Amino acid sequence: MFDRAVFSQRYGVAIAAVLLILFNLAFTPNFATSQTVAVNLSQICTIVIVGVGMTLVIATGGIDLSVGSLMAIAGALSPMFFTGELLPMPNLFVAIAVGIVVPILVAGIFGLFNGWLITSFKIQPIIATLVLFIAGRGIAQVSTNGDLQVFKVPEFQAIAIGRVLGVPFQVWIMLVIVAITAFVLHRTVFGKQVLAVGGNEEAARLSGIPVRRIKLLVYMICGACSGVAGLIVIAMNSAADANLIGLGMELDAIAAVVVGGTLLSGGRATIVGTLLGALVIQLVRYTLLANGVPDPAALVVKAGLIVLAVWLQRQEQA
Amino acid sequence: MNSPVLSMQSMSKSFGGVPALVEASLEVQAAEVMALVGQNGAGKSTMIKILNGAYVRDSGTITFAGAPWTAGSPQQAQRSGISTIFQEINLIGYRSVAENIFLGREPRRGFGLLDWKKMNAEAAALLARFEVRVDVREPLENFSTAIQQMVAIARAVSFEAKLVIMDEPTSSLDEAEVAVLLRTILQLKTEGVAVVFVSHKLDELYQVCDRVTIMRDGRTVAVSKMSDMSKLQLVASMLGRDLAEVKKKGATAFEGNSGSIGGELLVADNIAIGHRVQDASIKIRKGEIVGLAGLLGSGRTEMARAIFAADRKSKGTIRFNSSNGDFTSPIESIAAGMGYCSEDRKAQGIVPGMSVAENLTLALMPALTRSGMLDEAKQQKVVERFIKDIGIKCAGPDQKIRELSGGNQQKVLLARWLCMNPKLLILDEPTRGIDVGAKAEIQSLIRKLANEGLGVLMISSELEEIVEGADRVFVLREGRTVSELDHDSITEAEVMHAMAQGNESAGIATKGDVARV
Repeated sequence: MFDRAVFSQRYGVAIAAVLLILFNLAFTPNFATSQTVAVNLSQICTIVIVGVGMTLVIATGGIDLSVGSLMAIAGALSPMFFTGELLPMPNLFVAIAVGIVVPILVAGIFGLFNGWLITSFKIQPIIATLVLFIAGRGIAQVSTNGDLQVFKVPEFQAIAIGRVLGVPFQVWIMLVIVAITAFVLHRTVFGKQVLAVGGNEEAARLSGIPVRRIKLLVYMICGACSGVAGLIVIAMNSAADANLIGLGMELDAIAAVVVGGTLLSGGRATIVGTLLGALVIQLVRYTLLANGVPDPAALVVKAGLIVLAVWLQRQEQA
Repeated sequence: MNSPVLSMQSMSKSFGGVPALVEASLEVQAAEVMALVGQNGAGKSTMIKILNGAYVRDSGTITFAGAPWTAGSPQQAQRSGISTIFQEINLIGYRSVAENIFLGREPRRGFGLLDWKKMNAEAAALLARFEVRVDVREPLENFSTAIQQMVAIARAVSFEAKLVIMDEPTSSLDEAEVAVLLRTILQLKTEGVAVVFVSHKLDELYQVCDRVTIMRDGRTVAVSKMSDMSKLQLVASMLGRDLAEVKKKGATAFEGNSGSIGGELLVADNIAIGHRVQDASIKIRKGEIVGLAGLLGSGRTEMARAIFAADRKSKGTIRFNSSNGDFTSPIESIAAGMGYCSEDRKAQGIVPGMSVAENLTLALMPALTRSGMLDEAKQQKVVERFIKDIGIKCAGPDQKIRELSGGNQQKVLLARWLCMNPKLLILDEPTRGIDVGAKAEIQSLIRKLANEGLGVLMISSELEEIVEGADRVFVLREGRTVSELDHDSITEAEVMHAMAQGNESAGIATKGDVARV
């Protein structure tokens, strides 16, 4: 039995990605160069990494607005460690390790705080995460006194701009996170329980699923993903600016998740879809720019994509 | 006799080909309180919704205040003198009492300014008629549900309502609040207002109503003076039983005798849950099907959920399998060996977007792992066994559960617990909304499982299911266990009697309570 709505919902984003690539191969000069591929993939890395965490949160029927602010916290914290400014470090590599691990942990703990607000006080996720959306950036700014931290530590910056097999290291990080999370979501009990909570929370609770723990975990994972993305941003820029890291990221990540085919109401999610969703949004923008359409117009097309994705979701539910 | 204020005749309405009303009728006189009773799906709400404009009738005639009547919207109905007070109060909690009463037609003073003085004075005067004395400037949400309902009634009266419809207004009130509300109804009556009172609490009906209209399966099956009808007759008529012919006849599939019944499995003593359950006690033994009977609102579902720890109880103790059974979450009760199939399959049972296999193993999944990963081969084996054993009709384990029929969904939900090897299965309306064939299969499955030693607590609104299926029956009435019936004493007449009157003396109910209210 062929159901067009289900089909376009499930494979629409993949087909769109393939069509965009074919179009560019035919019409955009210099598209099939490693340079272009690297640029496009680097553009979506942070969106996809945050989008992976966001996908899990949305799969439980929630939303996380604080991701951009958590990126800023992680990004602002990290240089204090790897430059040895905060504590003396025995050597550079220990300093870098601490500068990577601690900020990600901190971002994860802030994510846990989101989950705690949501599960303990039954606050709607959009409001609960608004708290850290606002306060998180403030915390980042206060911890750096609002100053721009400039640094030049190539050993740290390798996480973003180093290359393995000609591909930027941040792309590898993204692919590994996507692969692990997709596996967790579809092959483990935890993943199934995440989807069950989003699909019917009361049924899940009555079946003995630890709903509270599941929600705490997904918000924590989302926070940690934001932390990783924050580190990549500062590594690329060779500077940490708490005012700018991850600004507007929550909306880009949600857009990627939705275009990728994850149900906003929860219960069905696809991590690979989120990757493709971010890719399609980026390729549309690139295609328009490369063919002489100004960026503001590209934003309108991006909005149109989101409308289309939501419309497709409605088709299936109806 | 005067001509009635409201007359609804030959009302028919179907939803997508399924009839909700078939030639139903309802008549109310001025200064009369009419009880409207019936089981779930009898058509009471459909009647009310057609009357106040929420639904459009398919056919039938309505006369209101001497003229043909068609409501375009609830607002129009209200302006024309028909006010409906729902179970959930549709007022604005943050605004003051007076503002709520005059919402949408506040007295003004020119320049669009509100005349607060006049508004507050009139609101206070209006409430005083119902002996409600509160500060009308305070936000509505500061008051109890009963007072809020009184405000809704005052608002209705201020529209000069000729007819007030109350849809289960007392279900969330405590005893004192109910008394206030009943007094208000009598006050309305003395002012010449006609009242339609929907409630499942028989005592209240007998206290304030003059006549009763009984609906069943979309039809009006009886209209009678309240004093001419005993509680037992009323319940029999509501359930569609002829009192003279009430006897055991094999209409269900609980065939076969009950097996050997073992030792005590669950003892719940003096359970209280909010207002809904006040003092209920039940016992379940191994290998026994215990029926939990009672009218709507008698606290059956609340009781089941409290035993399973889906909700907290406020009082009472539970022993399960000879140890403490006061669990604090379903996780604990499941670990101890309980399973619970809720009444509302769609909202609380299935995860619609997941497959048959995932739904079936939802509770079992943590036991189907190999180092955190789901062991899909093991899962497949369990699922296939249950699909075969209890005859779940589906395209395969990977089919989405929402595509299955109600009966097959229910079988999957039963299997969700059976694969856990439970000791006690709690089934809330296990065969509601299920076709006849699947219903019989589920009933005989329940009997077979009990014979194998499973304890079953079964809630059902279908008398024959309780009478023929259960080895023992507890009857709840207004949150209290009023009767425990065993084997041969389980007859439809006995169960109905207990549902209607509890342990009071039989016979025609008296209206003596009215005077006291």
